Amino acid sequence: MNTLFGNFFKKANTGFWPVLIALAFLLIGTFSVYQSPRSLAAFLILMSTPLILYFMKMNMKVKVFIGLMLIVIILPVLGIRNIFYLEVIFQMAVFAALALGLNIVIGMAGLLDLGYVAFYAVGAYSWAIFGSKQLSLLYSVPGAAPADAPFALDPRWFWLFLFLGVGLAAITGILLGLPVLRLKGDYLAIVTLGFGEVIRVLALNLDKPINLTNGPQGITPIQRPPLPPESILQFFRDILEPFVGHVPTDAEFYNVFFYFLALIIIAIAILVATRLEDSRIGRAWTAIREDETAAIAMGIPLVKMKLAAFAAGASFAGAMGALYAANRTFVSPETFSFLQSIGVLTMVILGGLGSIPGVIFGAAAVVLLNIQILQNFSLYLSELRQSDAVIPIINFAWKDLSNQLDPAKYQKLVFGLILILMMIFRPSGLIPAERRKRELVEEKE
Amino acid sequence: MTLLNTTNVVKRFGGLVAVNKMTFSVDEGRIVSIIGPNGAGKTTFFNSLTGIYKPEEGQITFKGQSLIGLRPDQVAATGIARTFQNIRLFGSMTVIENILVGMHIQLKQGGLDTIFRTRKFNQEENDAEQRAKDLMEYVGLKNVGNELARNLPYGGQRRIEIARALAANPTLLLLDEPTAGMNPNESEDAIKLFRRIRDDKGITILMIEHDMRVVMGISEHISVMDYGEKIAEGSPAEIRSNQRVIEAYLGRGAAVAHEQKA
Repeated sequence: MNTLFGNFFKKANTGFWPVLIALAFLLIGTFSVYQSPRSLAAFLILMSTPLILYFMKMNMKVKVFIGLMLIVIILPVLGIRNIFYLEVIFQMAVFAALALGLNIVIGMAGLLDLGYVAFYAVGAYSWAIFGSKQLSLLYSVPGAAPADAPFALDPRWFWLFLFLGVGLAAITGILLGLPVLRLKGDYLAIVTLGFGEVIRVLALNLDKPINLTNGPQGITPIQRPPLPPESILQFFRDILEPFVGHVPTDAEFYNVFFYFLALIIIAIAILVATRLEDSRIGRAWTAIREDETAAIAMGIPLVKMKLAAFAAGASFAGAMGALYAANRTFVSPETFSFLQSIGVLTMVILGGLGSIPGVIFGAAAVVLLNIQILQNFSLYLSELRQSDAVIPIINFAWKDLSNQLDPAKYQKLVFGLILILMMIFRPSGLIPAERRKRELVEEKE
Repeated sequence: MTLLNTTNVVKRFGGLVAVNKMTFSVDEGRIVSIIGPNGAGKTTFFNSLTGIYKPEEGQITFKGQSLIGLRPDQVAATGIARTFQNIRLFGSMTVIENILVGMHIQLKQGGLDTIFRTRKFNQEENDAEQRAKDLMEYVGLKNVGNELARNLPYGGQRRIEIARALAANPTLLLLDEPTAGMNPNESEDAIKLFRRIRDDKGITILMIEHDMRVVMGISEHISVMDYGEKIAEGSPAEIRSNQRVIEAYLGRGAAVAHEQKA
């Protein structure tokens, strides 16, 4: 069976077939999503186009062209028709950046960090505090804020805070790194787990003595960076109207805007991660992961390189944190729970420790599973529950099905199952890491 | 000229004195061996030299500079490279990457060079890759540059370890049982390689070795350790006829018998 499929794949992976298949998926996917914007199957067909582009052999230019078509034109247009898709992709991009960052710490340098989401929180809260009214509310009790409090900064400061978020997260990474670097393996994992909780609890409790984080209620509203000028928006309104069937609103433009911002950040993250991996720094990280004693005997300063790994990994989360705060206009400590750290870890392990394409795929798959597949399944079950359908033979009426059996509530179970199954059956992930092959002059024996 | 000099180095583990008052020196450009029965403290002595263990007492100087208190990576930066008794490669990296890791000290590229791929970065990486290829050829590794290090046979792995140590451009090369587990042919090749390293590159070699054929065949000076102490030193011929050395290896009774036979 496996070889049959393998042969089929080999045959399909030659000549013009890959381009045809990719185009077919792209067009069928686009058409079916356009026709039935709520269908999960249609969306999955469309989203498998990038996978086909990644796995099949074709001209690099063709790949880039099809990829850009999908990313720059098709997805935004479809996304304005059904705003949910842009949300899904936005989340994929956010988590892909987190997974890429965590991949540097765990995958490359081999430091098990279970509190990674803390850096995400640092980025998010840095813009949340300065980009909201919070600075004028420092001395008021949470919940009793005067409605006319002014915003501290102009929304355009967001751009600066995107970079500040990176810097602050990196510094937090170093601060966390300093005391824990003597620890290895399990001990390191436990300390980082504690650190993640410390940051969350700080966010929860720093509403007194001065109200910095507004406690469990979280900070809202947080400003968004301004949209491009009206003349440009009008231009796009005119173009998009016939395709989406209505005049796009500002809210929809904001979704497209954040979608592109997230894509730009993820593109930079991928670039930085790949370049770091294939350099003196990346090799030193991998060497430390493989054998600390040998690495240090080669002159690699352990402390410095581990701190660099923590800082680099954290900086990705910092950028995405600031973006997330602006996108949601709301942050609260709940977003940064331990479960989120485990979620990102699941993505990294599902995709493949140390594998850059792997962790991106892992992030996309877990997000899709979480916010689309499980939700859809829940929806389906609740529809069944409202119907009069009965399972034959055992004579079970769907409407008796307990509300507790709601798949959307089983996120943790799914994370757990993924971790267990991957560790047993495919410990190196769905797209395992590969070392770069260098061009070497092969000698004839 | 003395390259490495140790005076009264003591390393204890709890009540056990693993290295006891080791006074020892290596002249520049020589091939020197440390031998001794299992558990004599040879590897502990090596680890004290390279900063992995901190000796409790004594002085270690290399090129006139004290190594006491330096971390292993700082010791490496002074020009001491080493291999390990039980091969320690970076198994899931390719052979050529292992050698590139060995060049860590010499490569000067920073984080920004790496991210922006500056000309300095590309130039340095190209040179490093070329040097790594040359080193692979030098130690006799053919067509394996892109293989993962752990997939190579034992002899190949030993060669990678030596190439990786040479990549650091060391003045002193420490080899911890470099021919352990090799058959006589392979040992013969290894001896030739060590000689070449000293002759072509002028690298001083200090090694721990059990295989007497190798030790006697290549060493210009031998020190013998037993129970953490140096019990003898001298040329191979002197060591071969040294009474205390024979006792240490064979036990007193056997040594006497050996004497009577001779």
